[in-house]
Amino acid sequence: MAILVNRDTRVVVQGITGAAGAFHTRLMLEYGTRIVAGVTPGKGGEQVHGVPVFDTLSQAVEATGASASVVYVPPAFAADAILEAVSCELGLCVAITEGIPVLDMVRAKRAMEGRRTRLVGPNCPGVITPGECKIGIMPGHIHKPGRVGVLSRSGTLTYEAVGQLTELGIGQSSCVGIGGDPVNGTNFIDVLSLFKDDPDTDGVVMIGEIGGGAEEDACAWMRESGFTKPVVGFIAGITAPPGKRMGHAGAIVQGGKGTASDKIAAMEAAGVHVVRSPADIGRRMKEALG
Amino acid sequence: MNIHEYQAKELLRRYGVSVLAGKVAFSAQEAMEAAREIGGHLWVVKAQIHAGGRGKGGGVKLARSPQEVYDLALGMLGMRLVTHQTGPEGQTVRRLYVEQGCDIARELYLGVVLDRATSRLVFMASTEGGVDIEEVAAHHPERIHKEWVDPAVGLADYQARNIAFRLGLKGSEVRSCVRFVQGLYRAVVESDCGLAEINPLVVTRSGEVIALDAKMNFDDNALFRHPDVEALRDVAEEEPAEVEAKKFDLSYIKLHGNIGCMVNGAGLAMGTMDIIKLHGGEPANFLDVGGGATTERVTAAFKIITSDPDVKAILVNIFGGIMKCDVIANGILVAVRDVGLKVPLVVRLEGTNVELGRRILSDSGLDVIPATGMRDAAEKVVAAAHAHGAH
Repeated sequence: MAILVNRDTRVVVQGITGAAGAFHTRLMLEYGTRIVAGVTPGKGGEQVHGVPVFDTLSQAVEATGASASVVYVPPAFAADAILEAVSCELGLCVAITEGIPVLDMVRAKRAMEGRRTRLVGPNCPGVITPGECKIGIMPGHIHKPGRVGVLSRSGTLTYEAVGQLTELGIGQSSCVGIGGDPVNGTNFIDVLSLFKDDPDTDGVVMIGEIGGGAEEDACAWMRESGFTKPVVGFIAGITAPPGKRMGHAGAIVQGGKGTASDKIAAMEAAGVHVVRSPADIGRRMKEALG
Repeated sequence: MNIHEYQAKELLRRYGVSVLAGKVAFSAQEAMEAAREIGGHLWVVKAQIHAGGRGKGGGVKLARSPQEVYDLALGMLGMRLVTHQTGPEGQTVRRLYVEQGCDIARELYLGVVLDRATSRLVFMASTEGGVDIEEVAAHHPERIHKEWVDPAVGLADYQARNIAFRLGLKGSEVRSCVRFVQGLYRAVVESDCGLAEINPLVVTRSGEVIALDAKMNFDDNALFRHPDVEALRDVAEEEPAEVEAKKFDLSYIKLHGNIGCMVNGAGLAMGTMDIIKLHGGEPANFLDVGGGATTERVTAAFKIITSDPDVKAILVNIFGGIMKCDVIANGILVAVRDVGLKVPLVVRLEGTNVELGRRILSDSGLDVIPATGMRDAAEKVVAAAHAHGAH
C-alpha cells in the first residue's frame, strides 16, 4: 500500500529532454517506475529512453492517462510547469527543481487553492515507495521495502537516514522529501496524516531543519490528533548562526524564530524520540519499534 | 542579497515612495559637495554598511554646515563600525550617505516579509518605530498590525488604509501613507524582494510620511531576472571566501571553529556541523558542494577550505546519490596536487560508486584517514584537529 505512489502510478516527466530530466528518467525506468510520457514544449514527437515526448502536458495526459508528474524544468520556468500540472488535474506533482523564485511559488500556491493536485517540493529529492515506484533523484539502491515511513526537508540527510535503516534491516514503506524552500506544497502534517492512516507504516522518521515553524506545527498536530505510531526525530542546524541562509532557501533563523532548540523542544513535548546525533537515527528507530 | 540604504532609497523613489533628498559619497570632499548640492541648513551623515544598529554605533550624525559634514565624513570613512549585527570585529565604512535633515513628529515601523506559515507576503506596521522590532514582536505582539496580501489580488487600498489608521495617522497623512505603502508593495513584488524594512517610517511636522531608513533583501533565486538589482551588489560587504564560493555555485558560510567541512546537500552539511560539535569540535564552515558537482567544483571547494588559516583538520562527508564518490575523490586529488595538504584529512564516502572512490584515495598515496559512518568520521576529525592544533 504505502503512501502517495505505488506500482500502478503512471508518471509523466515535465522537462524530460533536459540533462537532468533525461538522466533521471533513465534511473527511474531502471528502478521500475512506470514512466509513460514526457513533456518539453517544441519537442513533441521525440522519444527519450523510449518514452514518448509531448509538447503540452494536457496532450501527454490525454494520450497516456498519466496520474502524476515530476518536474525537472529549470527554475525560471518551473512554477509554470507546476501550474500546468494543476490545470491537468493530476493527483500528484513532484517538483525537484531547486532555486525557484519564492514569489513565483507564492503565486503558484495561491493558484493551487481548491484544486485537485497535491504538490510535493519544490527543491526536494522526491517520493519513493521502495520496490514499487521512485519519483525523483534519490539513489534507489539504498532503499529496502518495509514498514517505516521517512519524511524530511533535506535530500542527502534523508539518504543518510534511509541508509542507516536499511543497514539495520529496517525497510521503508514510503520516503517523502518535502523540500528545503520556504514556500512548498506538501508539509509535514500532510505526510504525517497519510502515514497515520497507512496500515503498512508502523513508525516514522521525521527530519527537520532550522527555519520557519513547520516542525512546531507538525508537533502540535501530532499531539492534538493522537498520533500513536513511534516517531524518531532529528533537527539539523543546531550549530547554524542566526541570519545566515544554510544552503536551502528556507534554512535560516530569522528574528529569533525557527531555531533548532525550539523545534527539538516541540518534538520532545509531542513524544517524539529526538536524536541529537544524525548517526543515531536508525538505531533509535530500531529501539522504538521494540 | 542585501543592498545599502542609499541604494534601497533610490529604488523605492522610483516607485513613488517618499524619501528625503540625499547623495552617496566616497570621500569627505564628495560628502561636503553633496551637502551643498542638497542645500538647506541641516544634514545627516550616515555610514553605509550592510548591518543595522548604525546609529548606536556612531554611524549616523547630524551636521549644521557643509564643513561639519566634511569633518564628520573624515572621521567616519575608514572607521570600523561595530553594531549588534556586525559582530565584535565590526565592518569598515567605505561609503557615506549625506541626507537632508527633517523635522520629525513621530517615528513608526513598516515592514514587508514573506510569511512562511501562510505562503504570502505580510505587511507589519507598528507605532513603535526606530527600535528593534524583534523586541516588540517578542514582548508586545499586539502592538504590531499585520496585513496579509492575496497574491491573486495584490495589496488592496483598504489594507493600506488599515495600516495608516492603525498607525494613528489622520487627514492628509492617511493619503500619503496609502501612496507610500502601495509604492513599497510594487517595489517589493517587481524586484523580487524577500524582505523590506522601513524603520523608522517618519511623519514630519508638515504631515508627510517618509522613509528615514530603508533595508531591502532580495531573493537570490530571482536575481537572474533583475540585472539592475544584481548590479547593486557590494562585494566589500561580503565574506571574501563566500564570494569566491559563489563563483563556483558552492554554498559556503564561514564559521568560527577549526574543522573544515565539505559535504553534499544542505541538510547533511548542517548535520555534519552538528555532529562535530556534539563530539567536542567546532566547525570552521558550512559547505554544500551540491548534487551535481564536477571535479572542478570539488577542487574549488577544497581550496576554499584549505585557504582558511583557522582550519586544523578537514572532514569530507559525502552520501553520494547523484553525486558520485569517484568525482569527489578525484576533486580532492587535484586540489591537493595544486595546493598541498598541511592538515589531517578525514574522508567518509557512502553511496554511488563508493568502492571506486575509496580505491582512488587509497591508491593515491595521500595521507587520508578513512571513516565509516558519521559518528566514526566525527570522532576521528575532532581527535585529529585536537592533535594537530596542539603543535
